[in-house]
Amino acid sequence: MQEKELIPYLYRTEFRKITAVLCRSLGIEHISIAEDLVGDTFLLAAETWGLKGIPQNPAAWLYTVAKNKAKDLLKRNTLFSQKISPQIQYAVDDKHEIEIDLSAKNIQDSQLQMMFAICYPGIPSEAQIGLSLRILCSFSIDEIADAFLTNKETINKRLYRAKEKLKQDNVQIELPSEKEIDKRIENVLTTLYLLFNEGYYSSNNNAVLRKDLCVEAMRLTHMLTENETTNKPAVNALLALMCFHASRFEARIDSNGELILYEDQDTSLWNRELIIQGERYLNKASTGNYLSKYHWEAAIAYWHTTTNNEGQKWEKILSLYNQLLMTEYSPIAALNRTYALSKVYGNEEAIIEAEKLKLDNNHLYHCLLGELYSDIDLEKAIEHLQQALKLSRVAADKKVIKNKISKLGKLKNV
Amino acid sequence: MIYRSEPMGEIKLTAEGNLEVSKEWENWMGGVAAQNKLVSPGMRLGNEGRTLKPGNIITNGPYAEVKEIIGGLSIFRAESLEEALELANNCPILNVGGNVEIRDIIQMNG
Repeated sequence: MQEKELIPYLYRTEFRKITAVLCRSLGIEHISIAEDLVGDTFLLAAETWGLKGIPQNPAAWLYTVAKNKAKDLLKRNTLFSQKISPQIQYAVDDKHEIEIDLSAKNIQDSQLQMMFAICYPGIPSEAQIGLSLRILCSFSIDEIADAFLTNKETINKRLYRAKEKLKQDNVQIELPSEKEIDKRIENVLTTLYLLFNEGYYSSNNNAVLRKDLCVEAMRLTHMLTENETTNKPAVNALLALMCFHASRFEARIDSNGELILYEDQDTSLWNRELIIQGERYLNKASTGNYLSKYHWEAAIAYWHTTTNNEGQKWEKILSLYNQLLMTEYSPIAALNRTYALSKVYGNEEAIIEAEKLKLDNNHLYHCLLGELYSDIDLEKAIEHLQQALKLSRVAADKKVIKNKISKLGKLKNV
Repeated sequence: MIYRSEPMGEIKLTAEGNLEVSKEWENWMGGVAAQNKLVSPGMRLGNEGRTLKPGNIITNGPYAEVKEIIGGLSIFRAESLEEALELANNCPILNVGGNVEIRDIIQMNG
């Protein structure tokens, strides 16, 4: 690999590792210092490698430089050391020399611990996702701004406030105790779930970036399954859910980056390998005596990956949506349940149920009614779709709705 | 929602029959949940029971006066009794000659 490609590649894979270790060594109040140190390390790499050539083991070079930079900073800056050294969480030996352990095991542990620290319910979920992308996924501020369709300043402010809050509340960088783990892991899973959804459903047109978000969410969830303490049934259920959804990546977006609806997808493009992986995680999730919402959602997503036995498939999906809704209401689950109901009991029955949902301000509600009416009352179907078009804010969705309207319009004029 | 009916015989129905009943209930309850009106699906009660009266008088079965028992109860969210009545409209208990009693809940401040 050439230097030009190598540095961005190493930034993606190593920034997060070194930053997590430094955060853990310096403490939660010094996340920004850790980020800056690692950032400086990469700058120095760009300068030095350009002149002297790429070192034999580039990652080890980065580790050594980052480690030395951290030590220098601690030693030289007296003000800094007076302020920080007494609070340093991590082993400080007799000579007051900080030990920064960049072994594979400590890297893994530090990243897991940072995950729990960042997914702290005291900061807004957007900030949790932003910080996760920065600290756990090596995203630059620009990339995060792109992901949220906003600008650098907004993200910088958001992350700054979140770091201040973590400092204020003295959030510890550690794994929760066995007793607390189930409750604490819920926050982590919520953030990972939102991160995945940000990629899977977001309004962003950048397909590469969207896929990246999903891949990162899966990588972090997978990391939780690799540690005995955090390898909980709900974690496996969430990972199964992500695998099932991700299996349709290639099938749901056409060559122009436009969304292809589930019904219209070429099922041969579904990724069998991811489906099999999903099944494996779903099996692993089937222990314990508690079913999380991820269990229901993963089971629903599983049935969506099946292609034979359409009748049974929709009955199962309807039943699972019923049970998901009894566990936790969400408008999207209510709409999807009604769609499944139409597949089992027909459109007329489903329209009665749909109209009870009272989600008039939701564009998907009108999309659903447009779909359900399209075999029964064309005029009404078009009315609903036009309403959906008005309410939708996402370009890709608007396009799908417009296509549908023009299709129905042609039928009407026959 | 308090569901009353005559005891439904042995709860051991055929696998088929059992499934059919629960699907009906599940769809009905799922419909209420889809409107975000379900607080708790509550519980289903068995057919066995005793009633304890003052003076240590114990009678067989859960019956009050008539041969009708409470089969279960759930908690819905509704603005009025009228709205609750609407929600109860398709309750599967009505298909087997039972009835739904709709009561408001008084918040208890502990």
